[in-house]
Amino acid sequence: MRKTLLFTLAFIAGFSIMAIELLAGRILAPYFGGSVYVWGSIITIFMLALSIGYLLGGRWSLNEPNLKKFGSLFIIATCLMLPIAWMDEPVLNWLSDLIEDPRYGSLTASLVLFSLPTVFLGMISPYAIRLLIEDKEASGQTAGRLYFVSTFGSAIGTLMTSFYLVLWLGIRQIIVLICTLLLFGGLTALVYGLKKGE
Amino acid sequence: MKFQKLSLILLCTLGILSSTTLEAKIIHKERSLYRNIAVTEDNRQRCLLFTIKRKAKSRQSCFDLDNPKLLVFRYAQVSMTSFALQANPKDILVVGLGGGTLPMTYNNLLPDANITAIEIDESVSKVAREYFGFKTSDKIKLVEKDARVYIKRAQRKEQKFDLIVLDAFNGDYIPEHLMTKEFLEEVQSLLTDDGVLVSNTFSSSKLYDHESATYQAVFGEFYNLKVPRGNRVIIAAKRELPTFDQLIENTMQLKLPLEDFGVSLLENLTLMKEKPDWNQKARVMTDQFAPANLLQGK
Repeated sequence: MRKTLLFTLAFIAGFSIMAIELLAGRILAPYFGGSVYVWGSIITIFMLALSIGYLLGGRWSLNEPNLKKFGSLFIIATCLMLPIAWMDEPVLNWLSDLIEDPRYGSLTASLVLFSLPTVFLGMISPYAIRLLIEDKEASGQTAGRLYFVSTFGSAIGTLMTSFYLVLWLGIRQIIVLICTLLLFGGLTALVYGLKKGE
Repeated sequence: MKFQKLSLILLCTLGILSSTTLEAKIIHKERSLYRNIAVTEDNRQRCLLFTIKRKAKSRQSCFDLDNPKLLVFRYAQVSMTSFALQANPKDILVVGLGGGTLPMTYNNLLPDANITAIEIDESVSKVAREYFGFKTSDKIKLVEKDARVYIKRAQRKEQKFDLIVLDAFNGDYIPEHLMTKEFLEEVQSLLTDDGVLVSNTFSSSKLYDHESATYQAVFGEFYNLKVPRGNRVIIAAKRELPTFDQLIENTMQLKLPLEDFGVSLLENLTLMKEKPDWNQKARVMTDQFAPANLLQGK
């Protein structure tokens, strides 16, 4: 049960990262265009934020790791992601005014809007590995499985968003949907942790 | 003997093969950040092609080497119908350069007009200069930028245009951020009070309904000119549209030498569809909801 929960949550985190990255292109296009450098900016910031997240998540897992803390990562990521749905317009208007060059404009905009939630989403994988590992011998296998689940989640998140969600819903609604998923995951981990005293 | 026969057959097949390839000789090829570009020449016509798939090549712009003024494409001729609404535009904005045909035509017709052309792809503007006789001057300015970025800036600088032409859709991939209600509102805000918008758009697939609904949401009524077996040209204005009789009267009074370009405005006017022929319930495309490329496939 605990294992299933952790893997499901890693899947949700992977799903959300790529779904929001895909939407980022849509959110920036009206202000900085749809050129290759806009995608370059977005991918750079997401990779950077994830790398920092991995580092911080690993570091934090040294500190009495438990499910409650794990769940709180999802809740924090939700709180940082939800405002994007409403903040984007004023922030992007301001930034596209401030920075003439659409390359640095889109880079700064990605940094401001998407880096913080992505750092917290990046913390999830190493933290989950710490909670899953029972013995040293099988640690590689556990890490491999977790990467599998979370990257598979990313693949599904990309596919669902680009093929279907954009056809059914508006960008704002998709962000709310992702946040609901993350919040639900976080609360489940929190409640489960409190119940089991972990 | 046998060998001779064989070589004869071989020669014949080669002949047939080469004659078919000669039909449209590729004189230039280049790969840009956005697409593959080819320039072909055939029957004294030089064309700009964007190749996406090997077989499906879309002709973007054609140029008649013996009559360089001639607008080869029907949609380009139909785009000139805006002169029936606005006879003397002083500031003109053309979004999407292609071979540069439209800006050059406007410059030819109206030597005093200030023309700004926007093209995102530097390779396209290079090819337009080298193969299609496009030239910038103090009257023709070229901006190499994403159109949405340019238009947002122009809006803040309160720039105005008497004629705006949207020709940025090449049929294979649609820049979705150039087909939303918000974008059209930005475009509308750049029009002078007598300003006219011409847009070369799609005539089939589900996108036709959604696109029409989007233009209607921003401009209200618009003229819908459907080129037989081709594109659809939308003409919208900031002011209320003139009646059909008024358009004919305006056309009769027009002094521009449009015949030189192969354009007959009166003939164009017969293409006009009187009633909206799209699904009135189609959802308006916005920055939030803009699946233009997915809708085009339906």
